[in-house]
Amino acid sequence: MAVNHFVSESGMKKNIIYFDNAATSWPKPPATILAMQNYLQNVGGSPGRSGHRLSIEAARIIFDTREKLAQMFNVPDPLSIIPTRNATEGLNIAIFGFLKPGDHVITSGMEHNSVMRPLRVMETRGVDITVVSCARDGLVDPGDILKAVKKNTKAIFITNASNVTGTAMPVADIGKISREHDLALCVDAAQTAGCYPIDVEAMHIDLLAFTGHKALFGSSGTGGLYIRKGLEKKIEPICVGGTGSRSELEVQPDFMPDRFEAGTPNTTGIAGLRAGVEFILEQSIARIKDREEKLVQTFMDGVRDLPGLILYGQKSVQRRTPVVSFNIAGMDPAAVAMALDEQFGIMARSGLHCAPAAHKTIGTYPAGTVRFSFSYFNTEEQIISSIEALKKIGQSR
Amino acid sequence: MNQKHSYSVMLFKAVSYVLKAEKILKAESIPHKIIPVPKHISSDCGVCVRFEPAIQNKIEAALLNKVQIEKIRPLND
Repeated sequence: MAVNHFVSESGMKKNIIYFDNAATSWPKPPATILAMQNYLQNVGGSPGRSGHRLSIEAARIIFDTREKLAQMFNVPDPLSIIPTRNATEGLNIAIFGFLKPGDHVITSGMEHNSVMRPLRVMETRGVDITVVSCARDGLVDPGDILKAVKKNTKAIFITNASNVTGTAMPVADIGKISREHDLALCVDAAQTAGCYPIDVEAMHIDLLAFTGHKALFGSSGTGGLYIRKGLEKKIEPICVGGTGSRSELEVQPDFMPDRFEAGTPNTTGIAGLRAGVEFILEQSIARIKDREEKLVQTFMDGVRDLPGLILYGQKSVQRRTPVVSFNIAGMDPAAVAMALDEQFGIMARSGLHCAPAAHKTIGTYPAGTVRFSFSYFNTEEQIISSIEALKKIGQSR
Repeated sequence: MNQKHSYSVMLFKAVSYVLKAEKILKAESIPHKIIPVPKHISSDCGVCVRFEPAIQNKIEAALLNKVQIEKIRPLND
């Protein structure tokens, strides 16, 4: 299979099993690296700033990236997508730019600090926040969100899928509630963009923050924010400056995408992101998801009977991302992760994963869990090796 | 100059709009060229779309409801 062939070529460190794709994906498709190199070597111009061909070519790269992302998320107008450094920056624009003192917002007990920290800052400025509790498997009940709606509720901030358990939230159901009550729905797609189907129209998503360096197979320093048409006027940019447009004015343009695009963008990174997105569109999200479901299933089946192994989150492999969280009874998750790295060459992440709320929900606060996060480029053999490793680590307790 | 009025230019809000227009015009094989905005037409930096006046209606129809055009001017000086 092409994928295995690819791994054998670019997974040069043969003794490494990389299971930290929810932090950042590795390896990347070779096209990502080539596209970044091509921009630096052969294009080089500053997009949207000058009239020469290299500047226009750079701007074409960015426009084309917007179009491909729009295709992936079913965004009606590519110019509704702005590039950001990561999902966190997109969420900061949505939270700091949109909320005002006196507003009420609803969020869940599974959020990452990229949502919780900016919200807690806004709380000190007079924004009222309701954190809706989730079940132990991480799922939020849309009925509980509905119950939390007040007269002054302005928005719902919800993760598309948890970075701790992989649990996918019922975003389409939450979107219906949001639309019926005229609220803005902001979705944190850091864990889902590129590996889980997202349709901003069908799911009634008004703001979609995503990162480029995880399942979209781009480089770090890339990401984006989709803003539903019309909503941009209600969001104050958190960064203003040169845009290459309306240069005679000393005020920020009010139209998309320039309103939120001050300063020279990360064109090198965006060139790589375009290649990553192209790769995914070629493979198809359905195919990627199917492969990842199989990897999760193999892992779950393999660890189910391991003595002392506690697996968190849902049993289902469908409504989730390829992220699994577990502990070995009586062992510090950090010690398990260290043993995995040092003795077995398996890269995992332990601790709270920047999501203390989620660990409180699943009952693993403050020690946290060990997290494996798979990608399209992992193999069944790697999963089986990891099960063997966990068995041995468990026996050494 | 006997080339006078042989071209017009179409200006947009920003370069992203020019590129959106370019994609549409390319897909429909409508002849055009992206050029820097002439300073006598606008003080804005950036680029615009140059075309032959005879196909102005065709271009406007292709971009209708897809890309907002800021202004169209004859390219004479």
